[in-house]
Amino acid sequence: MVTTISSTGTDRYVGTAHSRVDGPAKVTGLAKYAGEFAAPDLAHGYVVSGGIAKGRITAIETAEAEAVPGVIKVFTHENRPRTAWLDYNYRDAVAPPGSPFRALYDDVIHYSGQPVALVVAEDFETARHAASLVKVAYAAEVPATDVDAQAEFAYDPPKKRAGIKPPPQPWGDATAAYEAAPVKLSNDYRLAVEHHNPMEPHASTVVWDGNGRITVYDKIQGVSNSQGYIAAVFGMKKDEVRVLNPYLGGGFGIGLRPQYQLFLAVMAARDLERSVRVTLTRDQMFTFGYRPDVRQRVSLGADAAGNLQSLRHDALSGTSRFEDYQEVVVNWSAILYDCDNVALSYKLAQIDTYTPADMRAPGAVTGVLALEIAMDKLAYATGQDPVALRLANYSERDRTEGKPFGSKALRACYAQGAERFGWERRNPKPRSMTEGRELVGWGMATGVWEALMQQSSAQATLTSDGKLVVGNSTGDIGTGTYTILTQIAAEVLGLPMEDVTTKLGDTDLAEAPVAGGSWTAASSGTAVMKACRKIAADVFAMARAMDDSPLANVDFDRVVFEGGRIAVAGDPSRSVSLVDAMTAGAVDKVEATESAGPDSGHAKEFAAYTHSAIFVEVKIDEDLGQVRVTRVVSAIAAGKIINPKTARSQILGGVVMGIGSALEEESMLDHTIGRFMNHNLGEYHVPVNADIQNLDVIFVEEEDKANPMGVKGLGEIGIVGTAAAIANAVFHATGKRIRDLPITVDKLID
Amino acid sequence: MLIDSGSPRAMETVGISLTINGEVRTLEVAPWTTLLDLLRERLDLTGTKKGCDHGQCGACTVLVDGKRINSCLALAVMKDGATVTTIEGLTEAGTLHPLQAAFVEHDAFQCGYCTPGQICSAAGMIAEGHARSRDEIREAMSGNICRCGAYTNIVDAIEDVMQSGAAR
Amino acid sequence: MNRFDYVRAGTVAEALQAVAGGGRFIAGGTNLVDLMKYNVERPGRLVDITRLPLDAIEEHEGGLRLGALVTNATAAYDARIVARYPVLANAILAGASGQLRNAATTGGNLNQRTRCYYFYDEATPCNKREPGSGCPAIGGVNRIHAIFGASDACIATHPSDMCVALAALDAVVRVAGPGGERSIPFADYHRLPGDTPHIDTTLAPDEIVLSVDLPEQDAASHYTYLKLRDRLSYAFALVSVAAVLDLDGDTIRAGRFALGGVAHKPWRNPQAEASLRGKPATAETFEAAAAIVVAEAEPQSGNAFKVELARRAIVRGLSQAAAGTPQSISDKRIA
Repeated sequence: MVTTISSTGTDRYVGTAHSRVDGPAKVTGLAKYAGEFAAPDLAHGYVVSGGIAKGRITAIETAEAEAVPGVIKVFTHENRPRTAWLDYNYRDAVAPPGSPFRALYDDVIHYSGQPVALVVAEDFETARHAASLVKVAYAAEVPATDVDAQAEFAYDPPKKRAGIKPPPQPWGDATAAYEAAPVKLSNDYRLAVEHHNPMEPHASTVVWDGNGRITVYDKIQGVSNSQGYIAAVFGMKKDEVRVLNPYLGGGFGIGLRPQYQLFLAVMAARDLERSVRVTLTRDQMFTFGYRPDVRQRVSLGADAAGNLQSLRHDALSGTSRFEDYQEVVVNWSAILYDCDNVALSYKLAQIDTYTPADMRAPGAVTGVLALEIAMDKLAYATGQDPVALRLANYSERDRTEGKPFGSKALRACYAQGAERFGWERRNPKPRSMTEGRELVGWGMATGVWEALMQQSSAQATLTSDGKLVVGNSTGDIGTGTYTILTQIAAEVLGLPMEDVTTKLGDTDLAEAPVAGGSWTAASSGTAVMKACRKIAADVFAMARAMDDSPLANVDFDRVVFEGGRIAVAGDPSRSVSLVDAMTAGAVDKVEATESAGPDSGHAKEFAAYTHSAIFVEVKIDEDLGQVRVTRVVSAIAAGKIINPKTARSQILGGVVMGIGSALEEESMLDHTIGRFMNHNLGEYHVPVNADIQNLDVIFVEEEDKANPMGVKGLGEIGIVGTAAAIANAVFHATGKRIRDLPITVDKLID
Repeated sequence: MLIDSGSPRAMETVGISLTINGEVRTLEVAPWTTLLDLLRERLDLTGTKKGCDHGQCGACTVLVDGKRINSCLALAVMKDGATVTTIEGLTEAGTLHPLQAAFVEHDAFQCGYCTPGQICSAAGMIAEGHARSRDEIREAMSGNICRCGAYTNIVDAIEDVMQSGAAR
Repeated sequence: MNRFDYVRAGTVAEALQAVAGGGRFIAGGTNLVDLMKYNVERPGRLVDITRLPLDAIEEHEGGLRLGALVTNATAAYDARIVARYPVLANAILAGASGQLRNAATTGGNLNQRTRCYYFYDEATPCNKREPGSGCPAIGGVNRIHAIFGASDACIATHPSDMCVALAALDAVVRVAGPGGERSIPFADYHRLPGDTPHIDTTLAPDEIVLSVDLPEQDAASHYTYLKLRDRLSYAFALVSVAAVLDLDGDTIRAGRFALGGVAHKPWRNPQAEASLRGKPATAETFEAAAAIVVAEAEPQSGNAFKVELARRAIVRGLSQAAAGTPQSISDKRIA
């Protein structure tokens, strides 16, 4: 077959804008999420959350709750059913090293908001009411939740987290070069703790199928992870546990790991031998993972023209007492900029909270924020234009791995972004641009994220009515996976998109990893492409074997699949329909399951990253500390864009979350009681519609050979660097260099 | 005194009548059941979403007697006699409401969880007739949080429908 | 949410009878249901007053009478209010969301409770929720808390926007109880916490709000409602200012202003308002008035910024009012 998934211009579906295939289901309310599946005789669980951050439960009184008519059972650590003993069994596919949290395991309180009981009742309201009657007494100890105060106990994580590259060994002599540099900058940075807050609260509906089998609808970014977790924790066989999640109401990373509501729902369903649903409240969404509190110092030494001579980036990240959460915070500095003297460090400190969790571009949001504010400072310190400074230090290779980039169109991002934004009209002097009473600030920053691919399989079934079904177990977390897989499948087999159905989020489908890391388009996309190509080859063989086949002497690489037919390339008069070929082949369906993984040979030679250049305009009423982000241009280099429409949405979403990071989002810990206090959407501020004005996205396409699709992924890159660009714009507007984000009123009027 | 549900703590229910998406429903509800939980848990109208359950996100927005409200903060029993329109009721005979179609066309959502609330809110907002400019739409739609950050496209979709005059 | 008895009242008399002995009125429910889900409010009986005939806006002694059940949305878009008391319309529209304003009522807005994190969180002590249990907000997370009129027992703020405007308009709250009707000047309606922070208002538990009466005045040309918050909509005020000026040319005949987000009640300072009288409507005059107000500020560990923010907000708010350029609700540029 003539391959069409490329940049050759022959693409029919891939590379063109399409509305989401799951759109009608979502706008009509028919799309069902984990906590919305019905089951006969469904019982409802409500979690009782603990009130102290550290200590022990000395007594737990459930009698009053149990006496409420309609209550079925109250589970606590005292009466919970037995589950697996070893930590190993609780470690899900993306768990960091350590001892995963076990709900209702014993009387020990590890963090504030820890689940201490589950009330199961005939209906939701009864469970909620009874939960309020459970009385817990504690022997409280003094918690430590301030990362700064734990800095003296900082340590290198002894076990590294899979997939997370530790900082590379230093090269050159960063200390000596810093001392010798004509221009020196060393500052501390902080980004507040953030909570993911997907709109859909975590929920699990466990359907009791009888004979020990369960069907689980779980809020998870990859059902295989939940299936494996349940099987290991409850000693079940995987084929006794089917997990589905066709739609996910937002993940942003908090849906990567199975969370405690899944454990509790399965535990209760098995114990009661009936179907159970557990949905967490919004407040309980603040009782597990969050973007960690990371204290950073970036030290840059440069010559008078701004060429980097020394680069140090040190990070101290909070983690829990029970797991060594790790993310890549500091490496980005040496990936983005070319410097001969580099020293990077990343340490952990334990606090009495739950383990942090990957949150959209984990580590990069945090690390690139500090780096890119530092680079803006360096631009001012050396009198360079911020874009020119970055170009002067532009890196042609990933020096942390010693590899050139497979593709890197960042220069074009700077150029196109700057042009669209009108950057050349910028007066670099802080406080120089005004509009009426407001100060106007223009700032920019760079973004970077890994272009990853994971081993993934996919299946495809073409039936003799010409309809194709493809899919695997990964999730569409709102990214558009249903749509792009449909496009890819339609492209390969030359079918109208309406004849292609994509199924996702079901462990009965071909296995695929969790949807995260921006790897789904590359991983599942390639697997679907391969499965469809296998079908194409099989059907082609049938077509060629037909009596008097117009394709009799044609090779596979000389045909195209178009309009439901296989035709000789360049001669559409010689063609066979897929349906006719299958009829001739006497089959009612053709199936294929294929697996795809990263090209290790290519990966050995080339580094793969997405890049961005972000340009921001802010308008600030300085007197009153009010900031408005009036314009953002985000220029993205992320390989091949499969669907410009959904791709743009991904970037818009990243930018919006970046605006939240920069100006609004902050989970506030009361260190005396060790508790996040603003645990609701009224007081944890995420951007609302009024906060978002003109956002503009540019895609700079790249040719990349890391995977056959040439895609790099878009879920993360939109957020990385956005907050730094805003902070830099705030500096340009006001002359105030704020290195402790979010930039709230109090910091601006100071 | 019109209704007295009886002594506290009893599992008493109250008979109410609601017209939901054009259908008259006679229901026995406990007084502590919210309109949102009634729709989702009893009537399987799960298109109306629970995002916060405290009026802080807008995912539960429905139209009650034509006005957009947070169904999570409305006790069902207090809405006795009211007309309720949910996202399921905006679709007529399988045809998408202009707002639903515009949301698809403008890619005004990603995960889809806030979407029914956004659409019901937009329908209510258009009926209110106070928002005209993009600034006014943004302000009037600020009671509906979209964590996926689809605001730009949401405003595009609503503006499109308002300009075409297609909204009912 | 606890179990409760539900009563639907058809008349004010029925409502008063039903609420006696521990009942609570419910209308919009936007705060009460919210708090009941957190077990902060646990009424034994809910008295549904939505059917009472208190939903009209009527002419009253040259001013307007807002029935207790008039929704926020109805009030904000009422032509008479927009024309004669635009500061009230703007304050209402600066608060909450379109959905909440469609449900929330005038009476309920007066009686909404603080948004203090600790008050809302059953797991922590709170003198307002459980008298005598303590106030962890003092020395805790308190950037949103009071800078005026707080006590050692409570540093909570009143969260309303509407009430700030009502305070500046010298509204009167008309209530009914077992002993008949009475009127409460707005300044006396909300309390300071003192050592009884669990009592928010001077409304007795067995009394009901009938209306809020807006006295006749010229509040139409020189006013503003300026609200400063952590995002551009759908957030409570860090500091807000409702200002109404009566100008004779450039000279201030009289000026009234109230602050929101800074105290247990809408905060007015009679001395500062008196300082405006007879003065030119200039920045110097407004700065002097603001200085009088903030001189009394007593910030908490995490909200010292509010003192300066309040000072600047007063100056800007009075300037907006004097210039006749009230703060726009949808255009976020501050005039």
